[in-house]
Amino acid sequence: MSADTLVSVRGLSVRFPLGGGFLRPKSFVHAVEGVNIDIGKGQFYGLVGESGSGKTTLGRALLLAVPISEGDVRYSDGEVDYDLKSIGKQEVKDYRKRAQLIFQDPYAALSPRMTVRDIIAEPLEVMGLTSGREATDDRVREIASKCRLNLEHLRRFPHAFSGGQRQRISIARALVSGPRFVVADESVAALDVSIQADVLNLLKSIQAELGLTFLFISHDLSVVAHICDHVALMYFGRLVETAPTRALFSKPKHPYTKALLSAIPSLDPDERGKVQKLEGEIPSQTNPPPGCKFQTRCPFSTDICRSKEPVLETVEKEHNVACHHWKDIAANAAA
Amino acid sequence: MTALLEVENLTLRFDTDEGRITAVENVSFNLDAGEVLGLVGESGSGKSVTAKALMKLNPSNAIYGESSSIRLNSGAEIVDILSLKGAKQLQVVRGGAISMIFQEPMASFAPAITIGKQMVEQLQIHTDMSVAEASELSVEMLNRVGIPDARKRFGQYAFELSGGMRQRAMIAMALSTNPKLLIADEPTTALDVTIQAQVIDLMKDLVQEFGMAIIFITHDLGVVAQTADTVAVMYLGKLVETGPVREVIRNPAHPYTKGLIAALPRVDDVDAPLTPVPGDIPSPLERPTGCVFWTRCPSNLGSICSESVPNFLAVNPSHTAACHLYGRGGEQR
Repeated sequence: MSADTLVSVRGLSVRFPLGGGFLRPKSFVHAVEGVNIDIGKGQFYGLVGESGSGKTTLGRALLLAVPISEGDVRYSDGEVDYDLKSIGKQEVKDYRKRAQLIFQDPYAALSPRMTVRDIIAEPLEVMGLTSGREATDDRVREIASKCRLNLEHLRRFPHAFSGGQRQRISIARALVSGPRFVVADESVAALDVSIQADVLNLLKSIQAELGLTFLFISHDLSVVAHICDHVALMYFGRLVETAPTRALFSKPKHPYTKALLSAIPSLDPDERGKVQKLEGEIPSQTNPPPGCKFQTRCPFSTDICRSKEPVLETVEKEHNVACHHWKDIAANAAA
Repeated sequence: MTALLEVENLTLRFDTDEGRITAVENVSFNLDAGEVLGLVGESGSGKSVTAKALMKLNPSNAIYGESSSIRLNSGAEIVDILSLKGAKQLQVVRGGAISMIFQEPMASFAPAITIGKQMVEQLQIHTDMSVAEASELSVEMLNRVGIPDARKRFGQYAFELSGGMRQRAMIAMALSTNPKLLIADEPTTALDVTIQAQVIDLMKDLVQEFGMAIIFITHDLGVVAQTADTVAVMYLGKLVETGPVREVIRNPAHPYTKGLIAALPRVDDVDAPLTPVPGDIPSPLERPTGCVFWTRCPSNLGSICSESVPNFLAVNPSHTAACHLYGRGGEQR
């Protein structure tokens, strides 16, 4: 892996066992299957997909919050170099300081019985990062003001705050241990648009100031378009397209990407009815069809799609797509 | 009365342990047959409470204002909804002339009763169809909303359907009594964008076919732009702007509407900065005096905004805004 890469993922699969029992074979849900990603240092990397696409599971696997079934994940920040598949107990503790998670729902993520100060200080105390109450308080105040929290609010309880303020508290808690790598899982999905913009701007400015690397998981392409440098699109546990943000939005290659982009409701009332509709249903998670997993909804699917699973191939610099027909589709669109 | 629905001075307060809070204040609007009204607002703006008032579905601690009235032209008669009492009288607005579809279709179907049985049950309450006729119509409706294999789905439970499928079944059920007005409370918020696009398309087709009016409640201005004829924007229980959808989205008049549009990330212009509306929505216990938006308003004019409640003024015909910027004769000062 190159020196600019912070997290390198090769052939990552996460499978969850399902039921099974006497005389019944165990089956598996293939939540993530054969994923390759390189997240560069200082990158704001977007991971997009619909519900059930495996984006949250992938994010959690990178934080060791779910077990890795297969494949390699390497984390290397210049100070340490971990192979997450075979990482030791002591190293996991160190890794937790370096990799953190911001949750989706700021109402569920904060304990109602702790003050804001205690919520933010807890990771410091658990990880033993500061010695003495004064040092802890100093660190809490420092990170709180970075997250634009009013220092007088530190003594209050979460119920006194609105959604946007709570999300800023969650961010402060995630950042207090000084992580290098932050996974933000749908961190603005629960917020109103007027507040969402504020939290996005905050994440972006903190990322630039502290030189952090973000994996930003979202279902909302328009949010990702604004905040991320690089985007990976997931469908049914597989990556279907990865590209720099600008390339993905101006020249999408995969039929699923195209359909997703056109399904975003436009703010222009005269654009009505221009949606490229996707028919069909997402296949069953336990018994997926062979070949391309998008075949059941794809307008371009042919015999090869039903027999052979496409792999990610590079079509332009840093732009990869997993589709048998991306060339024909691009030629069709140009004609 | 020519309009299908007339809401006048709707004021709604709730008695809570912390005191009496105002959820909706002096909201008035009309709706014609076949019109799609987009009711837009953030959480806490009172949009759902307003819609529930049309069916008197708000909990028992709700207090309606004395001069509030909601009148519905059901075809046969003019119904004064707020004066209805008891389940029997309310039937006409609960599934009869008015139907509602909710945000979370899983929570709106009874989990232990088949979809079909629930559809038949409501038809038996609202019409005098036999079970066989009601079943036939229900299967036909499921077919109409694009559910493949409708007869099989009719006998299944809600958990056996995917999210988009469930919302379709919900729509089929709401429309089978042939209502005059359909209230859709964030019907696509819980759905993925590709499924959302399908459901929006379906609803548009159905308006054309059945000719009913729709109140489409959403926080997503993009969804409104794609579905509504007219828009009403709410903030902290007040209407702040109303008008035709093109007008309101292209030339928003109220600073709040302008702020909402500026805060929206847009795929067609990824470099445009996101401008949040400053501050946070105040607690309903601390409603600002004067204009409810003045605490966050970038165009705040000072004491006039914090002391006097702005009236609705026409910015141009059919487009109105409640803001002191449009004082004299609708001109911007």
